[in-house]
Amino acid sequence: MRVENLSACYAEKRAIEAITLDVPDRSVTAIIGPSGCGKSTLIRCLNRMHETTPKARVEGRVLLDGEDIYQLDPVRVRRRVGMVFQRANPFATMSIYKNVGAALRFDGGHGRAEIDRAVIRSLQQAALWDEVKDRIDSPALSLSGGQQQRLCIARALTAQPEVLLMDEPCSALEPIATAKIEDLIFDLKKEYTVVIVTHNMQQAARVADRTAFLYLGKLIEVNATRELFERPKETLTESYITGRFG
Amino acid sequence: MSVSPVAPFQRKVGGAASKFDRLGRRKIWSLSMKILSAGAVAVVLTPLFLVIYQAILLGGSVISFSFFTSLPPLACSPQPGVSCAAGGVANGIQGTLIVVGLASLIAIPIAVVAAIYLVEYDVRRSGSIVSFAADVLTGVPSIIVGMFIYAILVIYYPQIVFSVVAGSFALAVLMIPIITRTSEEALRTVPHSMREAALALGIPKWRTSLQITLVAALPGVVTGCLFGVMRAAGETAALLLTLFGSQRFFQGLTEPAAALPLQIYVYGTSPYLNWQQLAWGATLVLIGLVLVLSVISRLVLDRLARRMRGG
Repeated sequence: MRVENLSACYAEKRAIEAITLDVPDRSVTAIIGPSGCGKSTLIRCLNRMHETTPKARVEGRVLLDGEDIYQLDPVRVRRRVGMVFQRANPFATMSIYKNVGAALRFDGGHGRAEIDRAVIRSLQQAALWDEVKDRIDSPALSLSGGQQQRLCIARALTAQPEVLLMDEPCSALEPIATAKIEDLIFDLKKEYTVVIVTHNMQQAARVADRTAFLYLGKLIEVNATRELFERPKETLTESYITGRFG
Repeated sequence: MSVSPVAPFQRKVGGAASKFDRLGRRKIWSLSMKILSAGAVAVVLTPLFLVIYQAILLGGSVISFSFFTSLPPLACSPQPGVSCAAGGVANGIQGTLIVVGLASLIAIPIAVVAAIYLVEYDVRRSGSIVSFAADVLTGVPSIIVGMFIYAILVIYYPQIVFSVVAGSFALAVLMIPIITRTSEEALRTVPHSMREAALALGIPKWRTSLQITLVAALPGVVTGCLFGVMRAAGETAALLLTLFGSQRFFQGLTEPAAALPLQIYVYGTSPYLNWQQLAWGATLVLIGLVLVLSVISRLVLDRLARRMRGG
């Protein structure tokens, strides 16, 4: 995936400006920066969720396998680029099975057997299968916070996206649940390209192969994670990393 | 000596007597508010119980199996040597069911789709105007709606001025604003995160609105529909000018028909004793109908809500 000269705004307010970024395949790219720097806006532009907000506009290109996603059907794009949100948002009225299978169930034309297989596969990939296999028809809300978030990850994986976007997936979770999800991300990158927004620098250092630092809507620096943290090229990056602000 | 939690207050106001005063006053105040609230509830419920009581008193004697199966009798007042037929309101029951049923068939899809549009596809400006209009329309006097339908039909389709079709449309016009507003509120309570979750999965917007958002808001939407139906079931003024009433069973969509509220009005204000009794019996039946509808709706709603919470 490649982001070219992307700018986005909400009504009159510019949120991100002229961002150009390469996201290598089958790797984890982290986006860090202080609150309000545009991390969430950027990631929401990558699966065309930004435009679902009224009065939101996007300029620039986002290339997926060489195609600009803004020239394609947004529904198709969102099937190829999945998203996990900050707060786990399982469909409250549905069971675990129905949640995970949602991408196929609401698509039509998929048989029960196919959906069953996909649900099991997704739950296994999200490291949740063992915990729920005996109660797959119980309500999704009966799971704990960490489990619900892994449920949402499983749900996103059912559509077999090429890229998985994660917007601060662990910010509402306690450390053990966070650790489980970080382990999960490590496994996921073998098959998927992951872009993760995080306000936790240690997390970026733990899971990401490359890290991008955003500040006030502009991309300040992007590099291999170790390089960025140990030998930052910009003073702004260094100030943020050493905790002088943000 | 144990330490009392009110000890600091005692020191401030200077003595045990004052402490009890303040606490005592608050207790009296609390009690009087409770009594007042209970009294208010009693005042609110009293008319309801009085109406039911009076209906049972005056109409209970007429209720029998034949009451539900016979047509209204000829008008007569009891005289020595002449007995009056009791009759029934079968055509009223049938008419009410048909006209309310038809009105629901028209109103519910229109209203729910309108609510979905307002919430999901709302262009800010027009949305709030439409909402406001719906609010105003819920308060429109029903006689005006009746006049409206009557006037249109007199001009364009005079042969069906008094007909089941006209009555259904009048009731539908009354039902739509209520159902739209309640459904709109129900849809608004669905958290935005649920819609986002669905959109992010690549589910198209129309599918999200219908199969995710609407389903999540279903209990509220169904409640709204039931409010609308109950309003229609009790409507009299609008039907006066459209359905008109009849002494016979349902004759066809383009013919007038009977309805319980109409019968109550016509027979209740007549000078004939057996007709007046019929009206009270019809009152009881109508109250019963609405009651049964409420109970069924509660059961269905509870079942629905439980099924949804239970996955």
